[in-house]
Amino acid sequence: MTATEERPATEIGASRRRKEDARLITGRTRWTDNIVLPGLQHLAMVRSPFAHARITAIDTEAAKAASGVVAVITGADIADEQGALPNAWAVIPDQKAPVHPSMAVDHVAFAGEIVAMVIARTAAEANDAADLVDVDYEELEPALELKAAARDEVIAHPDLGTNVSAVWSYDSAESGTGGDVEAAIGAARDGGIVIEKEFRQQRLIPAFMEPRSIVVDPTTEQMTVWSSTQVPHFVKIFIALVLGIPESKIRVIAPDVGGGFGGKLQFTPEEVLTVIAARRTGKPCKYTETRSESLMVAHHGRDQWQQVTLAANADGTVTGLKVELIADMGAYLGLVTSAIPLLGAFMYNGIYKFPAYHLGITNVFTNKTWTDAYRGAGRPEATYAIERLMDELAARVGVDALEIRERNWIKHEEFPFSTVSGLRYDSGNYEAATAKARQLFGYDDLRAEQRKRRESGDPVQLGIGISTFTEMCGLAPSRWLGSMGYVGGGWEHAAVRMLPTGKVEVVTGTSPHGQGHETAWSQLVADRLGVAFEDVEVLHGDTQVAVRGLDTYGSRSLAVGGMAVLAAADKVIEKAKPIAAQLLEANADDLDFSGGRYGVRGTDAGMTMAELAFAVFQGHKLDGSAEACLDADATLDPDDFSFPHGTHLCAVEVDTETGATKIRSYVCVDDVGVVVNPMIVEGQVHGGLAQGIAQALFEEAVHDEGGTLVTGSFDQYLVPGAPDLPAFETARTETPATTNQLGVKGVGEAGTIASTPAVVNAIVDALRPLGVTDVQMPCTPYRVWKAIQQGAQEGAQQKEARS
Amino acid sequence: MIPAAFEYFSPTSVDEALGLLREHDDAKVLAGGQSLMPALRLRLAAPEVIVDIQKIDELHGVRDDGDALVIGAMTPHSTVQSDPLVSEHARLISLATATVGDPQVRHRGTFGGSLAHADPAADLPAVAVALDASFVIAGADGRRTVPATEFFQGMFSTAVGEDELLVEVRVPKYTGWGAHYEKFNRVAQAWSIVSVAAAVRLDGDSIAEARVGLGNMGPAPVRATAVEAALVGQPATAEAVREAAARAADGTSPGSDLNGDADYRRHLATVLTRRAVLAAAGTA
Repeated sequence: MTATEERPATEIGASRRRKEDARLITGRTRWTDNIVLPGLQHLAMVRSPFAHARITAIDTEAAKAASGVVAVITGADIADEQGALPNAWAVIPDQKAPVHPSMAVDHVAFAGEIVAMVIARTAAEANDAADLVDVDYEELEPALELKAAARDEVIAHPDLGTNVSAVWSYDSAESGTGGDVEAAIGAARDGGIVIEKEFRQQRLIPAFMEPRSIVVDPTTEQMTVWSSTQVPHFVKIFIALVLGIPESKIRVIAPDVGGGFGGKLQFTPEEVLTVIAARRTGKPCKYTETRSESLMVAHHGRDQWQQVTLAANADGTVTGLKVELIADMGAYLGLVTSAIPLLGAFMYNGIYKFPAYHLGITNVFTNKTWTDAYRGAGRPEATYAIERLMDELAARVGVDALEIRERNWIKHEEFPFSTVSGLRYDSGNYEAATAKARQLFGYDDLRAEQRKRRESGDPVQLGIGISTFTEMCGLAPSRWLGSMGYVGGGWEHAAVRMLPTGKVEVVTGTSPHGQGHETAWSQLVADRLGVAFEDVEVLHGDTQVAVRGLDTYGSRSLAVGGMAVLAAADKVIEKAKPIAAQLLEANADDLDFSGGRYGVRGTDAGMTMAELAFAVFQGHKLDGSAEACLDADATLDPDDFSFPHGTHLCAVEVDTETGATKIRSYVCVDDVGVVVNPMIVEGQVHGGLAQGIAQALFEEAVHDEGGTLVTGSFDQYLVPGAPDLPAFETARTETPATTNQLGVKGVGEAGTIASTPAVVNAIVDALRPLGVTDVQMPCTPYRVWKAIQQGAQEGAQQKEARS
Repeated sequence: MIPAAFEYFSPTSVDEALGLLREHDDAKVLAGGQSLMPALRLRLAAPEVIVDIQKIDELHGVRDDGDALVIGAMTPHSTVQSDPLVSEHARLISLATATVGDPQVRHRGTFGGSLAHADPAADLPAVAVALDASFVIAGADGRRTVPATEFFQGMFSTAVGEDELLVEVRVPKYTGWGAHYEKFNRVAQAWSIVSVAAAVRLDGDSIAEARVGLGNMGPAPVRATAVEAALVGQPATAEAVREAAARAADGTSPGSDLNGDADYRRHLATVLTRRAVLAAAGTA
């Protein structure tokens, strides 16, 4: 076949254009909201305008009488039916949490919480009638400010009696992974260096491109649920558990999904309510949220205060790290809300050899939209804290910020390395990535320019920001998850099927929503089975097709799901062996598999996988000694995490007259291990950088004093576009992971995790001579300008005090 | 989201449009829809009647009328932006129009629609006051002409009465003047925190005349007359312009929001005015 001859030497490593892009880019595909079924009914939600209130009465009469309305349902109507939304991660056994209803019955705990729904024949009629539902509220004081909420000044859920959901800690002395951090800080206070900082991780909104949508068809034997979700397998099992429907009666399909970023790693009130609406009326129902609803109520991310203390010797060798953080859960616990800080708990020490470490986490409820996973989930918060601190340490010691990192990082010959937080980093080479980044960036030239601008008092100052990050990917070994209190596992499943015509179907339990699994998994299987890339079809996202799976999040898909695909392909090759032996009339031990063909060693005789597949389909010549089937399933549970790392360097120009920041250049060298498709990796890095830079400069979910979301549209919630970002220069080093057979690590979150501190470090670096030591994110021109004013004021006061 | 129900009319003449506005109490004029459509979809506005003036031919286009340019209210931004007459005689308008929204918005949105909407953070009102534009408003008693300083009356509020229609805008010719529009915002598609529209006529190396308009420095656009007066006769140097621009915030009443408080806006006005005037002088 010519296709075979034109193939790259190996598919792995080839920048294949994505198979899925033609249909995704042209929109000629099936998004959930495109699905139209006979007799389809439409839902509109009535949402609380108040952050905290009691519902005293709901009058649905006018809405029920409106044109096209089938039913109007309130929380009281379904109180016995709706169950409670699940939290799947009790970070401590006695974690406190309010009951989480899909529809509020008598108490609303955040602005946007659903209080009623309208089922109507058209979406327009549902909307019109929703406006007619008259709800009486008795307003209660909302708990909004996180620190005040942590002190229980106002209680978000009066029945709970406290806002504190859980307190969790890790201590290296107690765990035997390091020394006593208080002792280290005490020692550093006497002649060493102690840096104390408070960092704010502002609240963010995932802002995926496709708003969430659900269609439920109750008219088939298995109820079919289409949902714009990252986790169709989760949705299936939770519909069963929450609504008491047998799991075997539910089919969930995630068709093409337009982005998630963790925001669709959820089991939502809207999913439950659409199922209830369809079940009650016996007809298909659809709910599609508006962009305003999406920004308001699809779970938010981040939102922490971090108190950090770093201890070091006078020469800048780190001796201890202490972190006390409070994390805003929002009004309820979603699927893994409670564990987001925990997922960062082991990364605060970063790539550095801290001898002592302590982390304390306090999970707190407020009357705001619940938070949960958002790209990076815990690790961006940790990386931000440690990378900001390393820059502060460099400034204190008076050495270059790259130099201070090099003094403290794990050297490449020291891997595998057991960290102070109890993880085992299997591989890495921070020296190589940094050397490459430094050269691409023109580090020394930029430092020289920076000096010149400082000396000339240029109103536009240059700053250089560094982030030498690592992260834990490949979520996750099931044993580890179990030990941390998660109810589920972390395995992944795949199936590989040889079709009679030589084509291959690959079924994956991962659920791509922009990642390009159809392309990358095709490359994996094409190499392994020796078939053409074009001949591999990847199926996913439908629980009737991909029967087993744990879906896509946490940079897990390749490191766990991709390895399951390879394991299944290997089983296919193994299953083909006795069949090939029989048909070739050879001893199985004399067969070699290479280039998609079983050949008899020392002869020209052989059969390709396609020939074997057809022979198995016919069955005419099989003697029955081997099973007449080449299809195989594989479940894979990873042994450990993988640890991508990289060096990100950012140059910013800060206009000291206006406070405006412009990113002049951005260089990153990421080490994500072996790369299957460099183009996809680069795309992931670019998008990740944009999202991380957005946290540093642009995005913040802001509520007013009543708890209403002020940044409720893209007018106010500023997602940057191409004009707002520089041309990124990306490169890679390749240190294979040792924890999976291909040496891959994961790349979905790398750019987001690394870039935020690089940008803020650059801004602070530009302004440090002006007395600025921190700027709270997002570093808006206004905040930067104020920091400069304040720096000048403090500088003047210090001067005065000295004279 | 889906707008509340409304009755839709699409008149083909100004008189027909005015008749509809008189006939219906709760009518809104649709002039491109880049602000009204989002408001309808969010149900922030729910008028009973929409009068779409897209099909009124006389409201479209730019024409030369002796000492003035006349821009029809329904001329899309994309047309204004690339119009050679505008570029020659009122380049400040070309420059500011090029920063309105994004290409889609500039193709659907209209010159008059944006001005009549009178968003304090919009781009064109500051330009209109800087250039002393006058606004031709049609009503039951015929047409009247209102100067820019009287046209803008406050936030989303203009001299156009309920039963009236903005039909065209007359702009005096600024042939040979230098121009610059300085827009300060957080992302390319965000509203301005402050904007400055400047036009300068040079006589040799010194400034003979200057026009400066400020956006988002109050509920309505502001003409920085103190700056203009201080610039006349000054050399177009950084120092001289800095001194004049220091008065940019005189008489303004900027608001406070997430993007900055009033002090910050006043400070920005002086910095941006200096930059805008210097840049305008550089192109004269």
